[in-house]
Amino acid sequence: MSVGESSTPLGRVRGLGSAREGGEHWLTERVTSIALLLLGTWLVASLLILPALDVRTTLEWLHAPSGAVPMALLIVVGFKHALDGMKVVVDDYVHDEGNRFACNLVLLFLAVGGGALALFALARIAFTGGAA
Amino acid sequence: MATSPNRPLSPHLGVYRWGPHMTVSILHRVTGAGLSLVGLAVLTWWLVALSGGADSYAAFTKAATSIYGKIVLIGLTWAFFQHLLSGIRHLVMDTGAAFELGVNKTFALVTLVGSVLLTAALWWYVLGGAK
Repeated sequence: MSVGESSTPLGRVRGLGSAREGGEHWLTERVTSIALLLLGTWLVASLLILPALDVRTTLEWLHAPSGAVPMALLIVVGFKHALDGMKVVVDDYVHDEGNRFACNLVLLFLAVGGGALALFALARIAFTGGAA
Repeated sequence: MATSPNRPLSPHLGVYRWGPHMTVSILHRVTGAGLSLVGLAVLTWWLVALSGGADSYAAFTKAATSIYGKIVLIGLTWAFFQHLLSGIRHLVMDTGAAFELGVNKTFALVTLVGSVLLTAALWWYVLGGAK
């Protein structure tokens, strides 16, 4: 099949077939959103139910598996969902290809770095009860 | 894209009469960006402060309970509820439902009113209104 200069953009796209990606990004956004529906509600409800938000009560809550495990999930899923969502915003509004790549790179580093920092802090609380 | 810059474009926002569905659509983006950039930063700061012990947690609490801290937290609460409700609306619409004009408009209005009511109820409770 000819995909030379004489063909239209549509014809070239048809010749190449679909990109075979993008659907996964779309679906992941939905799946993580449903998880965050549960985890976000859990966080807000937990903060409201805790008798106080002083350092001792809060540390005890996140030291126990019942607090630490959902919080770890919230961090991982939350940063992933934020990254996926912000990528859509960047892809929509940043038209220059180089700037778009740079923006997405910054977002990726922010999400991975921020997520790692939050997970480390949580691990410190869960495994050692935080700094003495 | 390597196409002619003169190719016709579909009409942009200016030709449509503004409605609740458009407000909810852009708010979903704005609140999503706010939760991503500010919300996750506050969550991370809170966890790091908590893991650092009583002194660093006290520094976080002082900032969070200041007037500016409260404004940010109330804003994040509203953004959370708005994004949650309009997110549910998106999930429903992903199934192909709620595209009828009336239903769509009502659903959009419900998310706008719901997020404000939920935020008000939560902060009324937090600031001691229930006591």
